[in-house]
Order: sequence, then C-alpha cells, then structure tokens
Amino acid sequence: MTKVNMDEKLSLDKFYVDEENAHIVLKSDEIKNEEYQKLVLACPAGLYKIDDNGKREFDYAGCLECGTCRVICGKTVLKKWEYPQGTLGVEFRFG
Amino acid sequence: MSDDKIDVIIVGGGIAGLTAGYLLAKKGQSVLLIERGNYCGSKNVTGGRIYTYSLEKIMPGFTKEAPLERKIMREKVCLMTNDSNVSLDFYSDKLGNVGSESYSVLRASFDQWLQEKAEDAGVQIVSGVRIDDLIVRDGHVCGVVAGEDKIEADVTILADGVNSLLAEKIGLSKGLDPRQVSVGAKEIIGLSEDVINDRFQCRTGEGAAWLFAGFPSGGRIGGGFLYTNRSSISLGVVCNVEDVSMGVRSVPELVEDLKAHPAIAPLIKGGKSLEYSAHLVPEGGLPMMPEIVGDGVLVIGDAAGFCLNLGYAVRGMDLAVISAECAAEAIERAKESKDYSKVSLSNYQQLLDDSILMKDMKLYRKVPHFMEKTRRMYAEYPNLAVDVLKDMFVVDGTPAKKMRQMVVPHLKKIGFGNLLKDMVEGGRSL
Repeated sequence: MTKVNMDEKLSLDKFYVDEENAHIVLKSDEIKNEEYQKLVLACPAGLYKIDDNGKREFDYAGCLECGTCRVICGKTVLKKWEYPQGTLGVEFRFG
Repeated sequence: MSDDKIDVIIVGGGIAGLTAGYLLAKKGQSVLLIERGNYCGSKNVTGGRIYTYSLEKIMPGFTKEAPLERKIMREKVCLMTNDSNVSLDFYSDKLGNVGSESYSVLRASFDQWLQEKAEDAGVQIVSGVRIDDLIVRDGHVCGVVAGEDKIEADVTILADGVNSLLAEKIGLSKGLDPRQVSVGAKEIIGLSEDVINDRFQCRTGEGAAWLFAGFPSGGRIGGGFLYTNRSSISLGVVCNVEDVSMGVRSVPELVEDLKAHPAIAPLIKGGKSLEYSAHLVPEGGLPMMPEIVGDGVLVIGDAAGFCLNLGYAVRGMDLAVISAECAAEAIERAKESKDYSKVSLSNYQQLLDDSILMKDMKLYRKVPHFMEKTRRMYAEYPNLAVDVLKDMFVVDGTPAKKMRQMVVPHLKKIGFGNLLKDMVEGGRSL
C-alpha cells in the first residue's frame, strides 16, 4: 500500500491562508478518539493527524473547504466551521 | 457596491448561479452575483464531465467557444480489485452527436468563461466577498449580509453549493446527513496531448470517461473516476462520507492507491501532478433535498441537492443549469405580479416538476438507497468478475473446465439468493 506525503500533495495547491482567523476550530474540551479518528480517515486534505506519541495535531491551513469534517463531526469535534473570509483559503487553478 | 435598486441577489458563482444570473439579466432584471472566491470557479471542483444538452438550449453553440476539454467518445465502466481490472469499453460515434454530447471540463476555466457571459448579459459580479448571513424580516428573506454591509433585493437565490450554510441558517435545510453525501478527491495529472491520445486511444479533441467500482473506494461505498482533459488527466475517488470515516484507508491514501494500481500507473506514467482538490457531492437524491422555496428566496444547483449518480454516469452540472432556468422563469413571473412570497415563487417547484431534472430524479429515486445498502457491489462483485475471467483466461496445464463449472462455484460464494435479490432490486431502481 502506498504512503502519502500530504505536504507534497497540498503544495500543489494555491492557498491564501488567513493567518489571524482560523475558519475551523476544534472543541477545547474532551473529544472522543473514535470521533476524531473518523476525520483522520475522511478529511481529503489529511489535516486531522495523530502523531507518533498519539497526540492530536490539526492545522486549518491546507483546508480544501469541502466540509466533510463538518458533516461527520460538526457537533462532536468542531467548535466552529465556516468558509474562510472572502478572497482567502484555497484557490483552484484547475478545479 | 451598487446604489441602484437590485432585483435579484445570487449567492455563489458556480454554474447554477451564473446561469440564473445570465437568464435574469437577459430579461432586463438587475442582478448582483456575489462569489467568495477571487474569481468564479476558484472554489469549484468537478470530476468531471458536463452533459451539454441543458446549457445548449440556453446558449446554442456554446461548445464551440467555451473552454471545454475533450468530447467524450469512449465510456468505460470498470470493476477493479487490488491487482485486476474488468472493463466494459464503449466507443461510439453516437456519443458525439450535437446536442447530446458530453465533455470533460475543468471548473476554474469553465466558470470564468461563464462569468464573462453573465457579465456581458449585464450581471454585476462581485468576487472575493463572503456572504455571512441573510436579512430576514417576518420570515421573508430581504437580502444578504457581508461583514458590515447589507444589501437588499426582491429575491435572493442561494447557489452556494452542496454545503449551503445559508440554507441551513434560515431553516430550509436541516444540514447534510453523512450517509447522503460523498467526498470526492481528485488529482490533476499533466501529460501531453499526444500522449493522452495514444494511451487512451483517442483522436485529438476526443476523450474518455471511466468510472470504477471496488478497489478505488477500498471496497466500501463509493468509486473511482478518470477523465481525460486536453493535456491532463482527472483521476480520483468518491467515497460515501459516513462509510469512509469508518474504514481503514484514508481518502488521500485511496487516491494514492488508485494512482499506483497496475491498471492505472502506466496510463499516468511520466505525468506531473498539477493540483489536488476535494469537494462534497450530494448523492442522496430526492430524500436529501432541502426545502427549495421560501419567502423571497430560492435554492438552486448543488445547494438544492440536484445530482444523479447512477454508477455508470454522474450528473450534476446539467441539472444545475435546469434548476437555474426554472428559478429564473419563476422569478420573472413573480416580478410580473410584484409578489415574491413563497406561494408566488413556488412556480419554481412546479417548473422543476415539469422539467427533466425532477422527472429523472424521481425515476431514479431508489438508486441512492440501492447503492448505499448493496455493499456487495464494492467488494464481492468486482472479485467475482475477476475470479470468473481468471478461470477463463488463465491456462496453467491443469484439466480444463466447462464454462458452467468455472462460473457456478464463484456464484455460490456470493449465494444465489443474494445475487437474485441484488439483480431484482438493481433492476427496479435503475
């Protein structure tokens, strides 16, 4: 089975990251592992990670704005999900 | 923004929004279209292919000037396992008849072209502005809110895509059910025009569309796709959101697995990855449709859930055009009576009911449920096809068998009862 280099994959895309304002924020209180694990699998940008020590890692910067995480875990993992502000976020040159 | 009175505000510059704007502006209505990306198409993704019949009716001859990629002349439907691929390959001149042909397409260029058409028709387009909310008074939508700005209009069209936060905000949509949407992830792989012609047996300007069941979605609900563009390949997977979230392989891993598959790798060899994109697909059919009419508001395109996935063909952009056409006509009638209430705008629903969009959505209403519950399609059936064909084609010196002896044991593995059930139910829904 193939390994994925997600950074390389996302480096193909053009992003205007909103550094001041995260458009996706995770809950700060207890998030169930099984819920988080769903996003590890379903997020097409691989933004929901678990590092080698089992610690959760999330960065909104490579978001492709599909909304998959909101549909699956809008109530269980996410505190906030909105589209990035106008002009910001991913910009598809092919689409 | 403009001080003039606006008749219609459209949220979202995809095919639905731009087509609606184009039609309304042609009728003399003042239209403001607001797009959150820097240009129309910058947030949009297709598999993809557009069936042209519906836009052809509105803009006759558009295929000659629009930035379409290749006319699809070769259709392939494949059952794929981890090391094998069984295809039905259909080439026909009949696929290319004017008015019923389809093209591979990339949305960034196509939507910008449609944006120009809409602007030429008189639509005022503002890009780079996100609409945060709608202005609602006594249950009547009166316009939009973007940051500090408020803009009012007689009617607002929500064409803000599958994940329509605005339709949810005003209660028309109850939100998306993870069982009813799929996530598509796609890579654009650059290859020269000649290499694509050779590898896919296509003449210049002509191309192929492949859909896969089985391996691309990791044996779970979903599939894979490959479309030839002029000088690139669109290759990707589509997975039922709930099902993939309970699986083994992640969505990006599934894309990589497909690229590395022995039946695919030689086709993209030497290609350069140009873009990686993802989008939700509203595959739930009629049961997932939100309410699409309210006081002063209409919902069109993906935001209304207009999409058909039949397994061998996927439609969405053609339906977006039809919904835009019906919405524009309903608004035109509402303007004549100066009545933008829900009752008056309900002409939209009636026009849709009489259109091919709703006729087809109703005809295939059982397909989404069938695809979701018939899990054998994604694992057992691709395996069955490969096992049977392997027995037919592999000659290894062991005593040969009659065809019946080759096939029956494999069918038994699945069970005749299951086979019969799936055939009957598939026959009924498709």
